[in-house]
Amino acid sequence: MFPFLVRRILWAIALFLATTVITYLIFFIIPADPAALACGKACTPADVARVKHSLGLDLPVYQQYWNYLVRLLHGNLGTSFVNRQSVNHIIGSTAPVTASLVFGGAIFWLLLSIPLGVYSALHPRSVGDRAGMTFVLFGISAHPVWIGLILSYIFGYVLRNFVIHTPIAGYCEAISPPFGSSCGGPVQWAYHLILPWTTFMVLFAALYVRLVRANVMETLTEDFVRTARAKGAGESRVMVQHVLRNSLLPVVTILGMDIGLALGGAIFTESIFGLPGLGRRVLTAYNQNDLPVILGVVVFATVAVIIFNLVVDMLYAVIDPRIRLA
Amino acid sequence: MTAILQVSDLKTSFRTDDGIVKAVDGVSFSVDKGQTLGIVGESGSGKSVTSLTIMGLNDKRAATSSGSVVLDGTEILGVSASQLQEIRGTRMAMIFQDPMTSLNPVKSIGWQLAEAVLVHNDVTKKAARDRATELLEQVGIPNSERRVDDYPHQFSGGMRQRVMIAMALINNPDVLIADEPTTALDVTTQAQILLLMKRLQDEYNMAIIMITHDLGVIAEVADDVVVMYGGKVVEQASVGELFDRPQHPYTWGLLGSLPRLDSRADRLEQIPGQPPSLLRPPTGCAFHPRCEFVFDRCRSEVPPLIDFGGANHLHRCLLGDGMRQEIWAKKKAAMKVEAA
Repeated sequence: MFPFLVRRILWAIALFLATTVITYLIFFIIPADPAALACGKACTPADVARVKHSLGLDLPVYQQYWNYLVRLLHGNLGTSFVNRQSVNHIIGSTAPVTASLVFGGAIFWLLLSIPLGVYSALHPRSVGDRAGMTFVLFGISAHPVWIGLILSYIFGYVLRNFVIHTPIAGYCEAISPPFGSSCGGPVQWAYHLILPWTTFMVLFAALYVRLVRANVMETLTEDFVRTARAKGAGESRVMVQHVLRNSLLPVVTILGMDIGLALGGAIFTESIFGLPGLGRRVLTAYNQNDLPVILGVVVFATVAVIIFNLVVDMLYAVIDPRIRLA
Repeated sequence: MTAILQVSDLKTSFRTDDGIVKAVDGVSFSVDKGQTLGIVGESGSGKSVTSLTIMGLNDKRAATSSGSVVLDGTEILGVSASQLQEIRGTRMAMIFQDPMTSLNPVKSIGWQLAEAVLVHNDVTKKAARDRATELLEQVGIPNSERRVDDYPHQFSGGMRQRVMIAMALINNPDVLIADEPTTALDVTTQAQILLLMKRLQDEYNMAIIMITHDLGVIAEVADDVVVMYGGKVVEQASVGELFDRPQHPYTWGLLGSLPRLDSRADRLEQIPGQPPSLLRPPTGCAFHPRCEFVFDRCRSEVPPLIDFGGANHLHRCLLGDGMRQEIWAKKKAAMKVEAA
């Protein structure tokens, strides 16, 4: 276990350096002047030069990168070029929004896709299976922006006079809402996230239905399933103890990777529903050439992916006896 | 002695996209307690489907069966799923060809053995586990006390087949169906597994149905033999009769393709051609396209199962008695079975 962890962490560091270097390079290839943008339209060239100096943009690229790494080692992601806000603070306030969206969405897509996938696998070519497969096709093809707009139209406008209407924008803090915010508490938090969760999960639910269906169908043909039946085990027992346990192993791997990836920001969903998450924040930062914020989000996303992959690997060793980390 | 398992006119067909496949077509046999029936035939002869039909393990959506399977006086073909579950694992058990894939990879073997006890008996988990350890001991797994918690991948193929046998015998069944239990194992392990099955058969006094394509295995363990071809029984006799006086050209071919140390023949005989398509079986005798003694009647007439010599020796060949004895005598000489 220990050598495995060391190896993985070394890999993580290499991966991390590569991602930040690439982000840095892309940023300097873009022909834009962040100093001029940060300074504003009324600035004279002398003002711009002063801003450039104070942001450290007059140093050579490698020097800037080095300074960035050193600050990072001290846990400091830097400050925004545009509004001088600490990036740590920006990430700290936007990441919970994205995490709420991603984890909530993941729970919903698992609750939907596992039963649907299992049902489809057990009744191939039935009406239910065909309906499920139609949903899969829809979920994979439909763009989240379109889904979000349709849902907003139905639940926010058409049904506005009914009990089941939902908010179509905004975010409420579940715990300790800031002073002056219009809403707060877990109920309002969930209420405002219903449509975003639904929009966000459709694609994943569709992919997972197909994954679960294929895995269950394959496991059903395994010899050990026949062995279980031959010893007189009932169908439900065969399903739960022998089929599901084996067919959900690959789902764990993919779930870990998908969650890690999605934590980098669900740009579309956050944009449609006005959620102040990482995705929307990074979009603003791109428009303003705000490198420290972009890098902050990239660093956060990289770390999320690395951590979730590590968690999956370790979880796998627990749930699959064939795998021993060495 | 009354038969513990009596199979009569068993037929199983599968609905496929290309049409109906008659996998088993009118098979009858019986086995007594403590006796072993060998079913031999090549791939697609219907021997495995026969055993799965007896166990009720065919996919119900695709397979239909008719005929009769009587276990200890009770008809079990076509009974409800819950009745079948009660019979499976207690009265009848089965072991399979590939021990590498027949065990659940994510459950310890102790768990899998105990499951067989727990689904049929109202006992504590501890008791089930003790029984599992005891059975592992009986099938010759060293350190069974410790190994009961190991997972399938920690065992070799031979050891896994021992585990499968332990699992099959854990509820003391009347009938054990073994579907090519030694095919996936190396030769020395094969011999050990066959020996183990024989020993346990004496201890438990159970009937064994041994399905194999290997006449060597049949000679080793069987009391009676059923030779299957294209879903039908082509010859049926006691093992001594079958090896001494085989009556069907297909059986001759099988015997000729068996390597023998006491034979000086340079080459083994082979049966030319492919097994018949069950979707579009040949007219007349299913074996006629591959038979070297084929004549006109074989192409149009389905030969009935006829008695030879009155000693419960049945065969499905249209050649005259005298002709068959002559051919077999020549074949036997050519094989130089009687070693010089």
